[in-house]
Amino acid sequence: MSHLTFLPLLSPMLAGVMLLVSPFGKHKINRRITSVLCSVLTLIISLFLLFDVYTTGTQIYAIGDWRAPFGIILVSDPLSTLLVSLTAVLGLACVLYASAGDDDKGSFFHPLVHFLVLGVNGAFLTGDVFNLFVFFEVLLIASYSLLMHGGDKASTRAALQYVIMNLVGSAIFLIALGILYGVLGTLNMADMAQKVPLLQGDDVYLAKIGGLLLLVVFALKGALLPLHLWLPNTYASAIPVVAALFAIMTKVGVYSMMRIYTLIFGYEAGALSHIAQSWLWWLAIATIAMGAIGVIASKDLRKLTANLVIVSVGTLVALVAVQTIEATASAIYYLVHSTLVTAALFLLADLIGQQRPNVYDRITAGPAIKQAKLLGCCFLIAAIAVIGMPPFSGFIGKIWLLQSTLDAEYAIVFWPLYLLASLAILLAIAKAGSTVFWHYKSNGTDKSGVESVQPVQLIALIILISASPLMSIFSGPLTEYAIAAATQLHDFHGNVDTILSRGM
Amino acid sequence: MELLYAACVGLLVSCGVFLILRSRTFPVVLGLTMFSYAVNLFLFSSGRLSLNKATVIGHSSEYADPLPQALVLTAIVIGFAMTAFVVILAMRGRADLGNDHVDGQEPSGMLTKKLHKSAQIKGIK
Repeated sequence: MSHLTFLPLLSPMLAGVMLLVSPFGKHKINRRITSVLCSVLTLIISLFLLFDVYTTGTQIYAIGDWRAPFGIILVSDPLSTLLVSLTAVLGLACVLYASAGDDDKGSFFHPLVHFLVLGVNGAFLTGDVFNLFVFFEVLLIASYSLLMHGGDKASTRAALQYVIMNLVGSAIFLIALGILYGVLGTLNMADMAQKVPLLQGDDVYLAKIGGLLLLVVFALKGALLPLHLWLPNTYASAIPVVAALFAIMTKVGVYSMMRIYTLIFGYEAGALSHIAQSWLWWLAIATIAMGAIGVIASKDLRKLTANLVIVSVGTLVALVAVQTIEATASAIYYLVHSTLVTAALFLLADLIGQQRPNVYDRITAGPAIKQAKLLGCCFLIAAIAVIGMPPFSGFIGKIWLLQSTLDAEYAIVFWPLYLLASLAILLAIAKAGSTVFWHYKSNGTDKSGVESVQPVQLIALIILISASPLMSIFSGPLTEYAIAAATQLHDFHGNVDTILSRGM
Repeated sequence: MELLYAACVGLLVSCGVFLILRSRTFPVVLGLTMFSYAVNLFLFSSGRLSLNKATVIGHSSEYADPLPQALVLTAIVIGFAMTAFVVILAMRGRADLGNDHVDGQEPSGMLTKKLHKSAQIKGIK
């Protein structure tokens, strides 16, 4: 048994602890260097794991060497390792960006980022539903504190609502787990998947209640209508680098839906197969509509990006609802693309805001931006990617997802609505971009007080922005990888056999 | 025993939900605490209720399911940390926003104004 699967959890945890104690966490410089090095280490480990899983197949790590249905296991399959690597890239970019000064606005920024990465990685890798809950809590408590980092009154208010919502969500999660454990007698995902088809009588209805309560929880975490109301305020009131990091958190909810409703309540679940599908479709479509309206109505760049996150969640959930291998594969591609691009847009909103004193990132005419060419180019690439126009990754993702939903039951509703939403996003972003970059009031005013973009900030931004052209250039291998990951996710017997027999 | 247990859980949940829907932070925090108590009791019962059974194999003729007990322990620890956090956050909110409303501002409807006035007259405030 290789220990590589466990390292993406161990590395951020040790980093977080190390950053709390004296030699590493004492001075600003030490803290930053340690934090960046640890993020690089986590990224290297994640890429190693990705490569290892790609060449040798799914790996099971039984913690304490207890066998699968009884002990706790970590499963590294193509999907989860891809997302772990994505988290590592995002974490590195955010740590780099914050090292330019944002980490100094409050205490313990760096340890909290690493604990958040720990929680996200754990949620992706775990093969046990109760541990999914535990890792959700780890990432949530880190996110509560990060949300307050460097915040003002608005962020206190947003944090209060966010925390209360999520505590209720956690309680519902536990109720769902209690019901499912009472009925199935196990919390291992593969074992649950095996036992769901065997249920009889009233137990079927109990399991259905449990399964749909889980949907409520994941809809809350993933910001699906009508539980998305916390998201725009939360993301807009956090400092932008934290909001960029949060771009991965809604995806954790979507990933959990993918796992639970494909593996446990999927094709093989007998009376309970596809219990969530009919809900997911309509909720996803409504979420896209609400998100698009929000994008048009947004008055500043951060809120606009927050609403783009909602649109991307709606799109992903629609693809999860289709439940074909092709749809899941396009969802995986789109997930990676949308996470990186929305994170880049949050960082860009911050950089643009810093160079426009008084108006910050509001979409109104303001003072001219100091480095308009540099930021304008970055904004153009990110905008083209997020709208889904050629030649960047958004276009490939969009074509692929439209193609994969062609045969779906509700395609006749989804297609027009999704294309209309894209048009709305195009208009809103074009308006925002032209207002911010071209409509300035006074020319040649004193710009001495405005800081230029710092090199580390630029590196972080370039890491995120360059992902989109790269995903477009290497779309061949990436789509093949996504198809392989989706095939593996849908391979019910393969999953169950691998996890239950090799977990020793 | 099942009936009593179920009634207790149900009562705690309904009180918790009622309090969570209140508009001030203190009742909401109390509601969250009650809700989490109910959840812990519920989780415990998912291993079936039984008397005089050890959770270790071989110490009694039949054994109780040890897993829900482990789950409840984890849930209690996590719930405790979260409650502590939300209490501190509520106090910070009270200090930052100047009131203890979850929306951060006093409601400004006609009815609440009237109530506020009458409360002031009576000197309750």
